Amino acid sequence: MTTTTLAAGRAPQVAMRLREVILIGTGAALSIGLVAWIIWNLVSSPTQTIQAGVFGLSNGVLYALVALGYTLVYGIIELINFAHGDLFMLGTVFSAFVMGALGFTHANVSGIFGLILVLMLAMVFCASINVAIEFFAYRRLRHAPKLAPLITAVGMSFILQNIGLQWNGSQPRQWSPAMPGGHVNLGGVTIGYDVIIDTIVTAILLLIMTWVVTKTRAGKAMRATAQDQDAARLMGINVNRIISFTFAMGGALAGAAGLLYQQTIGTTSYNIGFQLGLIAFTSAVLGGIGNLTGAVLGGLLIGLIQGLNDGGPHGFGQQWSQSVVFVILILVMVFKPTGLLGKNVGEKV
Amino acid sequence: MSASTATAPTSAPAPARRFRLPGHLAWPIGYLAVAIVIFVFYYLISMGYLTSVSGWAGRWIPITTVNQSLVWAMCALGLNIVVGYAGLLDLGYVAFWAIGSYVAGWLMSSFFFHLKINWFGNAPAFSPQGIHINFWVVLIAGAILCAIFGIIIGAPTLRLRSDYLALVTLGFGEIIPQFFHNADKQHVHVNISNGTQGISPVDKISGPTFNPSGGIGWGPLGPFDGLSRYIFLIILTALIVFISLRLRVGRLGRAWLAIREDELAAGAMGVPLMRTKLAAYAVGAVAGGIAGVAYSVEIAGVSPDSFDFSKSIILLAMVVLGGMGNVWGVILGAIVIFWFNQTGLPQGGNAINSALHTNINFPSYNFLIFGVLLVLMMLFKREGFVPEARTKLLLREPGRTEVESLGGDLEQLSPELEEVTARSGDGSEGSTDSAERSSP
Repeated sequence: MTTTTLAAGRAPQVAMRLREVILIGTGAALSIGLVAWIIWNLVSSPTQTIQAGVFGLSNGVLYALVALGYTLVYGIIELINFAHGDLFMLGTVFSAFVMGALGFTHANVSGIFGLILVLMLAMVFCASINVAIEFFAYRRLRHAPKLAPLITAVGMSFILQNIGLQWNGSQPRQWSPAMPGGHVNLGGVTIGYDVIIDTIVTAILLLIMTWVVTKTRAGKAMRATAQDQDAARLMGINVNRIISFTFAMGGALAGAAGLLYQQTIGTTSYNIGFQLGLIAFTSAVLGGIGNLTGAVLGGLLIGLIQGLNDGGPHGFGQQWSQSVVFVILILVMVFKPTGLLGKNVGEKV
Repeated sequence: MSASTATAPTSAPAPARRFRLPGHLAWPIGYLAVAIVIFVFYYLISMGYLTSVSGWAGRWIPITTVNQSLVWAMCALGLNIVVGYAGLLDLGYVAFWAIGSYVAGWLMSSFFFHLKINWFGNAPAFSPQGIHINFWVVLIAGAILCAIFGIIIGAPTLRLRSDYLALVTLGFGEIIPQFFHNADKQHVHVNISNGTQGISPVDKISGPTFNPSGGIGWGPLGPFDGLSRYIFLIILTALIVFISLRLRVGRLGRAWLAIREDELAAGAMGVPLMRTKLAAYAVGAVAGGIAGVAYSVEIAGVSPDSFDFSKSIILLAMVVLGGMGNVWGVILGAIVIFWFNQTGLPQGGNAINSALHTNINFPSYNFLIFGVLLVLMMLFKREGFVPEARTKLLLREPGRTEVESLGGDLEQLSPELEEVTARSGDGSEGSTDSAERSSP
C-alpha cells in the first residue's frame, strides 16, 4: 500500500520539477542572451555602444526616479498607481511654466539658482497633487477588490492627462533650458553637462530618500505599514498619515524627475506621461516591486537596454523601443515575477 | 341532502391561461424591438419621410455612429467574457480587435497581389488580384486566429495575480499594434501589414441595398449603404450575445464565475483553472476577432494607428460602467459611451457654444469627463449602471487579506480572541461574513 502511494505521489512531483527546470533554464538562457547581446554590441563598435549606453543611462536615471514612486506606492498599499506617469508629465509642464515665468531661461548663474528653486517647487507641487489624489480617490477603496482601485487609477490618469492637455496644449512645446549646455568628451564619447547634473541630482535625492526610509521614524513607520498594516496600526502608527507621506514622497520624486526631464530634453507634451510611466513601472517590476534599490537598478537597466536598442549598432531601432520594453516586462512577469532583487514577502503573485 | 347534491358546485370554467413572457426573454426581445425600431426609423428617413427629424437625426445620431457603436459593443461583449465573467483583468483587448481587422485586411483585399484567390468574394472590378474570400468565411477565419492569439496571450498570465495580469495583457495590447505599425518591408523585410499605411480598400460585402425609390436590391454595400451594414452588425452582435448567454448558463460559465469569485475555492472544487482561463481568453478573443472583421468592412480599410491603448481602456470602462457580467448593460454602456464620445460631446458642445456664445473646445474634455466618471463610479457605484446580482456582491465585499486567501484564519489561533471578535461583530476579515452573505 505504501509503495503504491509513493509511486502515485512521485509523478506529479516529477512533472513539477521538470516545469521548474524548464522555467529556470529558459530564464537563465534569456539572461545570458541579453548579456551576450550587450557584449556583442560593445565589441562591434565600442564608441557607438558606449554613447548609446550613456544616452540610455541618462534616460534610465529619470526612469529610476519615477519607478521609485511606483514602487513606494505599491509596496505600501499594493496599488499600481497608473496616474503616476501623468503626475510626472504635470511636473514637466509645471517646471516649464514656472521657469519661464520666473525668467530662468538661460544657462547662467541665476539659472543654477533657478534650477534649485524650481526643483523644490516642482517637488512640492507634485507631492501635494499625489496626496490629494490619494485622499480623494484611493483612500475609500483601500479594502476593495483590486479592480476598483485599478480603474480609479486609470480614471485619475485620464484626468491628469487632460489637465496637462489643457495647460500645455495638444502640440509639444519647446522651452529654452537653464541647464548648462556643453559637454565633456571622454575618449570619443560625449557626455553632456546636463546628463552629469541629472545623475548628481538623482544621486542626492536617492541618498536623502534612503536616509528618510532607513533612519527616521517616519521611514520606519513606512516599512512597518508596508509589512503589515494591521500590526502597524496596533503599534500606534497612524496608517493614513503614513500612506499620505508615502504618496508625498513618491510625488516629490516624480516632480524632480519632471524638472530634470524638462530641462534636459527641453520639450513638454501632454502624452509623455503614459509611455514613460509604463517604462518606469517595467523598471520597478524588473528590479523587484516594493524594493527601492531594485527600482533604481531596474530603471538604469531598462534605460541602458533601451538606449542600446535605439542607438546601438545591433539594436532593433527606435520604432521597436516600446515593444522591447514590454517584452522585457512580460518575460520578467513570467519567469521571475519577484524581479531581480525580489521582495522577500511570500505570495506576491 | 338531495338539495345539497343539487346545489353541488359545478366546476368553474378553467381560468383562461394568460400568456406570460418568460423572464429571461425580456431583454432579448427588447433588443430586437429596439433594433427594428431603429431600422425602421432610418429606413423612413432614407426614403424621404420624417423630414422634420431627419436633419436632427443626421447630426445627433447618424447611422455611421450607430454602426461603429455596434462594433464597440461587440468588442465590449468579448471583454465582458474575460473581465465580467472570468474576472481576468484584461487591459490589452485592442490587440484582438487589431488582429481581426488585419485578417479582414489580408483575406479581403488586394494586399497579396501576387495571388489571385476568389471564394465567393467581392473583388472590385479594377483589382481582381489578391485574396478575396467571402465575408462569412473571413469571419470564421478571424475568429479562429484570434482564439489562437487569445490562448497565446493568456498563457503567460495564468499564474499571475490581478495587478500583474493587467500589466502583462497591457504589454501585449501595446506590442501587437506596434508590431502591425512596424511590419512593413523596410523594418522586417517581409511586408506583413503594410506598416503605417494600413491596408485599404477592404472588399465590400454583398447585402440588401435600399434604393431611394423604395426597391430592395442585392449587391455590394458601398459607403452610403450604412443601413444595410447595420443589419449585418445587428446580426453579428446578436450572435455574440447568444454565445455569451448560452455559455454563461453552461458549465463553462459557471466555472468562470467560480474563478471570478474565489480562485482557490474553485480550484479546490475541481474547476480546471488553466483550461477555464484559457477558454475565457479564447472566447473573448473570438468576439474581438468578429468585431475586428466587421470594423474593417465598416470603415473599408485597416490602419494600425486606430488601435491604441485608449481603446482598451474605453472598452474596459464600457464593461465596468455598463455592468460587469451583464450582457445588456455592457451593450448599453458601449453604445452610450461611444455615442457620447463621437457625437454627443461635439454636438452638445456646439449647441452650448452657440447658446451661450462661448468658444469652449468641448471634445478636448472627453477624457476628463471620462476619467471623472470612472472615479465617481468606482467610488459610489462599483457594479455599474445595469448590474448583475453576483457582481454587486463581489465588488462590495472587502478584499481578503493574504493570509485568508491562503486558507488561514487568524481567529482560530486563540479561542478567547474569537469569542471577543465574534461578540463585537468585527467585519474586517471577510471569511465568515462572506459565507453568510453569498448564500442566497
